[in-house]
Amino acid sequence: MHGFGGTTLRIDLATGEIRRTPTDPSLARDWLGARGFVSKILYDEVPRDADPLGPENLFIVATGVLTGSFCPVGSKLGFGCISPATNGHADSSMGGHLGPELKYAGYDLIIFENVAPEPSYLFIDDDTVELRPAGDYWGMGSLKLEERMKKDLGEDFQIATIGPAGENGIVFSCISHDFGRQAGRCGVGAVMGSKKIKAIAVRGTKSLPVHDLGAMWKLTYDIIQRTKTHPNMEPWQKYGTAFFVGWSNERGCFPTRNFQATQFEDWDKIDGERLVEECLVTHKACFGCWMNCGKYSRARIPGKPDTYVEGPEYETIALVGGSCAFKNIHHVAYANFLLDNLGMDTMSGGSTVAFAMECYQRGIITSDDLEGHELRWGNVDDFEHFLHMIAERRGIGDVFARGTKGAAEALGQGTIAFASQAKGMEFSGYDTRWYPAQLLSYCTCDIGAHHSKSWTITTDIELGRDTIEGKAPVVIYLQHIRPLFDTWSCCRLFWGELDVTPEEHVESINLLTGWNLSLDDCMRVSERVWNLNRAHYLERNGGPGRSHDIAPARHLNEPVPDGPAEGKTVGPDNFEAMLDDYYANRGWDRDGNPTREVLEDLGIGYAADNLEKKGLLGKPLPGGIPEVRGQKLKPKAM
Amino acid sequence: MRIRVHKENCTGCKLCQQICAITRYGEINPKKSSISIDAHFPEPGTFEPKLCTQCGVCEAECPIGAIHMEGDAYVINEDECTDCGICVDACPIGVIFTHPDAPTPIICNLCMKCTEVCNTGALLAED
Repeated sequence: MHGFGGTTLRIDLATGEIRRTPTDPSLARDWLGARGFVSKILYDEVPRDADPLGPENLFIVATGVLTGSFCPVGSKLGFGCISPATNGHADSSMGGHLGPELKYAGYDLIIFENVAPEPSYLFIDDDTVELRPAGDYWGMGSLKLEERMKKDLGEDFQIATIGPAGENGIVFSCISHDFGRQAGRCGVGAVMGSKKIKAIAVRGTKSLPVHDLGAMWKLTYDIIQRTKTHPNMEPWQKYGTAFFVGWSNERGCFPTRNFQATQFEDWDKIDGERLVEECLVTHKACFGCWMNCGKYSRARIPGKPDTYVEGPEYETIALVGGSCAFKNIHHVAYANFLLDNLGMDTMSGGSTVAFAMECYQRGIITSDDLEGHELRWGNVDDFEHFLHMIAERRGIGDVFARGTKGAAEALGQGTIAFASQAKGMEFSGYDTRWYPAQLLSYCTCDIGAHHSKSWTITTDIELGRDTIEGKAPVVIYLQHIRPLFDTWSCCRLFWGELDVTPEEHVESINLLTGWNLSLDDCMRVSERVWNLNRAHYLERNGGPGRSHDIAPARHLNEPVPDGPAEGKTVGPDNFEAMLDDYYANRGWDRDGNPTREVLEDLGIGYAADNLEKKGLLGKPLPGGIPEVRGQKLKPKAM
Repeated sequence: MRIRVHKENCTGCKLCQQICAITRYGEINPKKSSISIDAHFPEPGTFEPKLCTQCGVCEAECPIGAIHMEGDAYVINEDECTDCGICVDACPIGVIFTHPDAPTPIICNLCMKCTEVCNTGALLAED
């Protein structure tokens, strides 16, 4: 099968049996890869009452159709499971080099079942696939372990690891690779840890079969030459995502002190320019990428050892830097290292500490809860101590190991109002009070709040930040087009920032595979995935769907205190009106439940049958479902 | 023509390896390439692209005379080469590469395609 490694591995960790089967061509064609594979396999195989951290959950490693190919840019690898943070479908992707390496070893998918009897790692060297003991590695930090395994196995192995957080079931544990690339979200690292898998090491030397390499070569070569001179190329190469710190702050959406404010007075001490001037060691790229947005940095803090890490990226600067009020880029980079090495998502991890800092500010937790320490805004020592309490589940750290929603439920005292999360996963680094479409995006997102599935800051600006009109259909379009890149398993930035068209990506797929897909075909797959994930979430968590699409009270009711967004808030009426608009445009009923008509239109009528059995199927819409769900809008470049 | 390496500009993307394998073998397989990038991480955090400097040691060491200068580059005659590996061992900087599916060791033929795609100035064409 052109474009694919050809083999799927299914590993029963309880028995150690490793089964190899040819990758299913219909799975490949109907679900395209990574996020799509994960969605379908989880829906079909995981019992609805399975504990996310128990043996019945699956842990899936999935490449996508474009992984490892010659296109802009097939560097991605997906990880999937039922999330311990949201109790729903989880997919999280990482760049770097591991995904391509896996395909060059001949594998498209790895499905882990059950739990290993002892700490183990998966070793793949082309045709050799072994579960090996990892007792010596258990307890090690993610970054330190990667360094150790490179020494043990060889520099040419690509390695993914978890840290102590993943071993201890912290719900925002990540999977790390390449000294700073992460599959960060949804707690995929905790599920990997629950399976007792400490690492995955891969070396592959095979060629990827291609349908028409000559044409693929010409297409991508021309895109490379064209994009080299794109005006966005230089700032992206120089600063990476950290470029957006000032941009976001200026527009009043930069999370500050746990989203209490939306503009940080010390933003210019932690922005991209400061990062490059003070911390940059080298620019660093994912596999096959000519934009090198990764910034590998060194943090130097008197009294602490120098630390090296890839980052901090925008999201880390926002949710660790602004949200915890760090005024020194070295402190942000050091915190980035701590989170990475402990194996925690810098986004949810940063947000959880920021949430705890606000609890401390309000006297809800005190130094008595913190082993005599404090938890002051912008204090890196306090941050470090508390982070270890979480990773090791010491004392009140065990409460915050459940994320902001879990912690708020345990703490009570109205703390849920300032937990900026949706469905148990923390917001990305954009405040929503002047950005209603972003709030709708977070609260309807199928994996919990995450900008990668729909980022609307420029959309809100273009359509008007003070209105909700016309936002819902654009959010739906974005929720299809953006996750499509996670399904294809290629980087979204060449589309978003360098004007490579989605049609060019589809042409890459067709030249790679010999298929004859259109962009509409791919968008249909993406909508199918979205709806299947919604059905799966409802089957696991009950309904109605609307009862889960909840905005944090802070973002509905609490006006922004200062800055350009001063006084702004979305308001409950506006939010409910957006939800009405959103459901109607999706072909769901007013309760937020998918209708049979839309599910059958997408070829997943079996999900309608299952929902109906549980009384969760949406009521038919009087006028029928919209023929096209979502409305295309690509805002002007920033 | 020659290729000037500015290792401080390398970001480790391996696009050069991709393009090399595509150009040389018509395959997507970055390990089947006449360039490699050594990555020194976590410390000091540097990349080191490695490719032939045209020093000529391999020509002198080849026991059957299968390596000759053609144009600006040393090339291995595939019809003559017995894949004995002596050139690989003799190369003073380790830039004659091997791959299980390649008929001979792999040495840069200065096709310059890598310099056309490198976007950071790590590999530059030079007269």
